[in-house]
Amino acid sequence: MFSEFLINTWIAGSVVAVVAGLVGFFVVLRGSSFLAHALPHGAFAGAAGATLLGLDPILGMGVFAVGGALTVSTLGRRGRNDVVTALALVVMLASGALFLSLGSQYSAEVFALLFGQILGVSSAELLPILALGAVCVVAVVVAYRPLLLASVLPEQAAARGISTFGLSVFFAVLVGLATTMSVPVVGALLMFSLLVGPPAAARLFSADPLRAIPLSIGFALVIVWASIAAAYLSSLPVGFFVTLGSAILYGAGRGWFAIAARRPAAA
Amino acid sequence: MTETPVLEVNGVGVALSGRTILHDVTFEIAAGEFVGLIGSNGAGKTTLLRVILGLQPTTAGTVRFGGVRPGRGAGVIGYVPQKVALDPDLPLRARDVVALGLDGQKLGIPLPSARRRALVDELLSSVGASDFADARVGQLSGGQQQRVLIAHALISQPRLLLLDEPLANLDIRSEQEIVELLARVGRERGVAVLLSAHDLNPLLPVMDRIVYLADGRAAAGTTDEIVQSSVLTGLYGRRVDVLRIDGRVLVVAGPNDAHGHDE
Ligand SMILES: Nc1ncnc2c1ncn2[C@@H]1O[C@H](COP(=O)(O)OP(=O)(O)O)[C@@H](O)[C@H]1O
Ligand SMILES: [Mg+2]
Repeated sequence: MFSEFLINTWIAGSVVAVVAGLVGFFVVLRGSSFLAHALPHGAFAGAAGATLLGLDPILGMGVFAVGGALTVSTLGRRGRNDVVTALALVVMLASGALFLSLGSQYSAEVFALLFGQILGVSSAELLPILALGAVCVVAVVVAYRPLLLASVLPEQAAARGISTFGLSVFFAVLVGLATTMSVPVVGALLMFSLLVGPPAAARLFSADPLRAIPLSIGFALVIVWASIAAAYLSSLPVGFFVTLGSAILYGAGRGWFAIAARRPAAA
Repeated sequence: MTETPVLEVNGVGVALSGRTILHDVTFEIAAGEFVGLIGSNGAGKTTLLRVILGLQPTTAGTVRFGGVRPGRGAGVIGYVPQKVALDPDLPLRARDVVALGLDGQKLGIPLPSARRRALVDELLSSVGASDFADARVGQLSGGQQQRVLIAHALISQPRLLLLDEPLANLDIRSEQEIVELLARVGRERGVAVLLSAHDLNPLLPVMDRIVYLADGRAAAGTTDEIVQSSVLTGLYGRRVDVLRIDGRVLVVAGPNDAHGHDE
């Protein structure tokens, strides 16, 4: 379970968990769950397209995820963001289906992009994951305060000269990058649950953002580690355990929140 | 007072989607003054405040802040917008909201600092929010949230504080408390206050001057100068009566024939 081959899995899974817990905190804060749902699925379509053209799937994912992020965030400026996101999602899904049907060797490789292949991360795949992960973490740390202010009090942020539009484009691209790095590991379907589950649970446990964020990262790590171990031991899909873990933690969070709400000024 | 006014609004006009929203709005605010921006729904109050903040492009006129054009700078003008929706499970305490008012535009994660914490505590206490400093901001009552948002706007030591209908959705008691609080912090900190409201009565005891907006046009002066039947009739372009009862003011539309009532 800790063999040399699986070491890659533990490292990749941990990096993905850290990024998901951190970026996901702002996904939940900004109410961008739908974006976090759409981009991984779009990224999968890009990977299918790249495979068809004989290119590196991660390139296709990057193009689709970041392109989708830019489209949604710029078009959503004057319209309803959810409608634009929905349209972008179905366009990307449709092209994904097209690419798959055109591809002669529709393979387990593409299928794995939907559900992840965490137990088979190669050393060559590890490098882009580490690099993109570092970019995401640095971006969130640098933008932390303006992003927090613009997410919670957008009008006050604008009055201070912060470009809320610029930040929403920045953030959408960030979700696109986080998605690109994660899809080969946990899969499109599961990146979504990892981006939303741990942060949604963490914010119920602490009202202090500088505690809720580490807690969110910690939850994501525990979920990923436990899921890798459970998947290895049971041979069941890793995604099942990731989703189950997210649901259990969120349920515990709601319980805690209900109890804490009865105590006045609970921190 | 001969010193430069904090704010000079001169002949400002705004058009949105081809419709004139503000027309030739002119007024001044002196240092430390408490000014009420009075007008009914759709009169253009929010638009005017956004013009002052530099968030709303104008079609005419100038806005000068402390003698210069307002740069959208870090907290030189404090702002409490009209509708602030804070989820009950938002992971932010009242003190975090206030701290974001201090340096929310700066990059990076704030390092723990005794000076920063003391400043936040001081602001929380001066708006009477110390008791719920560590509570989730989304779980506070409307009046408590207003206090926290006022502290957020004040902590960067602005010379002008803009508040957009801060009294809406408050019960009568909180309404009165917020008005007294604003008058006090304005005095203590030397901050001029421009507060929008649809009813001028809660502001009568504290208001130095009034900017009355109707259909995008403004009349400015002392309350006694502006809240008069003749002035408001000119502003609305139809007959308006002003009734005074026990120190309260009632502005009511007159009978619906604009002509034939020239006294
Ligand atoms: N984007 C817009 N396009 C066209 N008209 C607008 C727009 N935003 C606001 N308005 C109109 O401008 C007028 C003034 O609005 P506002 O400043 O919000 O008034 P108030 O704050 O006094 O209620 C209203 O009649 C409103 O319908
Ligand atoms: Mg308004």
